[in-house]
Amino acid sequence: MAKITYIENSGNAQTIEVSNGLTVMEGAVQNDIPGIDADCGGSMACATCHVYVKEEWFNKLPKKEDGEEDMLDMAFEPKKNSRLSCQLIVSDELDGLTVSTPSKQG
Amino acid sequence: MIKTDTLIIGAGPVGLFCVHQLGIIGLKCEVVDNLDKIGGQCIELYPDKPIYDIPAVPECTGENLTNNLIKQIEPFKPNFYLGERVENIEKVEKKWIVRTNKGTEFEVSSIIIAAGVGSFEPRKFPTKEIEKYEEKKILYSIKDKTIFKDKTVCIFGGGDSALDWAIELSNTSKVILVHRRDEFRGMQASIDKAKKLKEEGKIEIYTKYQLDSVKGQEEIESINIKHDDESTKEIKTDYVLGFFGLIMQLGPIAEWGLNLDKKTIPVNTESFETNKEGIFAIGDICSYPGKLKLILSGFHEGALAARGSFKYARPDEKLRFEFTTTSKAVKSRLGVKE
Repeated sequence: MAKITYIENSGNAQTIEVSNGLTVMEGAVQNDIPGIDADCGGSMACATCHVYVKEEWFNKLPKKEDGEEDMLDMAFEPKKNSRLSCQLIVSDELDGLTVSTPSKQG
Repeated sequence: MIKTDTLIIGAGPVGLFCVHQLGIIGLKCEVVDNLDKIGGQCIELYPDKPIYDIPAVPECTGENLTNNLIKQIEPFKPNFYLGERVENIEKVEKKWIVRTNKGTEFEVSSIIIAAGVGSFEPRKFPTKEIEKYEEKKILYSIKDKTIFKDKTVCIFGGGDSALDWAIELSNTSKVILVHRRDEFRGMQASIDKAKKLKEEGKIEIYTKYQLDSVKGQEEIESINIKHDDESTKEIKTDYVLGFFGLIMQLGPIAEWGLNLDKKTIPVNTESFETNKEGIFAIGDICSYPGKLKLILSGFHEGALAARGSFKYARPDEKLRFEFTTTSKAVKSRLGVKE
């Protein structure tokens, strides 16, 4: 179990307890967090679950696979701290993770 | 005006199999899809990725699946209207009149929406002031490449579309290719070719840059691109092209008075009809308790929506349930010779 904080583009923040093994994307979708669309359902095929990871967390996360970086090319306003939330698998180590959503997903 | 029994919106796997299910009960249909090819997400998002959960098919790619479905529906000779998006629908007496963005009109007794997550549209630049240039000076696809002759074209993106057009247009235009990171994700041969053209001075390449702002009135005077380290660079260019792939948008479907739950259309599970009589929704776009977003579920949904359409198309007939193994009528529709 990990507490994940989702910050919407408007600044509205929600902290949710997400079970280990789910992705950060699933934590958002199951709890109706706006701003994460996940159109392809988590198959790393669409880049609509794009989030910005808070700086201090970015380097602690498992590295991106090639496919994720390719999809981020297509994300809306990608930055250095961009990740696809469908590729972030929740574990105890992620407790306290904060991600913010872009102004839109596409 | 094209008159037929049913219009299917969406040529993905679920829409394609629904053609089959309509066909074996003797209904004709036409299929519209906003993509320029048949196959929906299977072709656009994952043509080469293996799928393992199609019943009786241990493994196939999105492309295999699409090709097999096209073969399976051949006997019914459906017409496809590709690169067209359904804009509006109107009930006239007992029929639905459907119009696309290209002006094609259909008169049908039922509509089956198999539109996935909506229609594929190009992803756009996030930059604010770009709207006034879009479709004129800022483009996301190329219809007529001759407009770029002897002009400067700044291309954004790192995939095959961006690379291919950079290479192609370098013959007749000044080309500047900009990408957000050092690695390109296109075919290796294209990447090598682009790098060679750069060495020969035929194209300029800037990596770790993204579009920051656009200056100009009717015409673009110049654009600013911003590096990862926040430094900016001014580029004089006539055109800006963005190739960031496609995104799915629900689009006009949202305006048709259908009940919507987030981006999905609630249906009854008896016939997959929506709140509007004669309009059905199947596949990823429909929702009901227990909905699974799987291709196999969409096949089942299509089978029932096809039968649900029958009463609108043949109000005076009764639908008989028949098996493909034994029914003479079904076999003749399939073109099977005994």
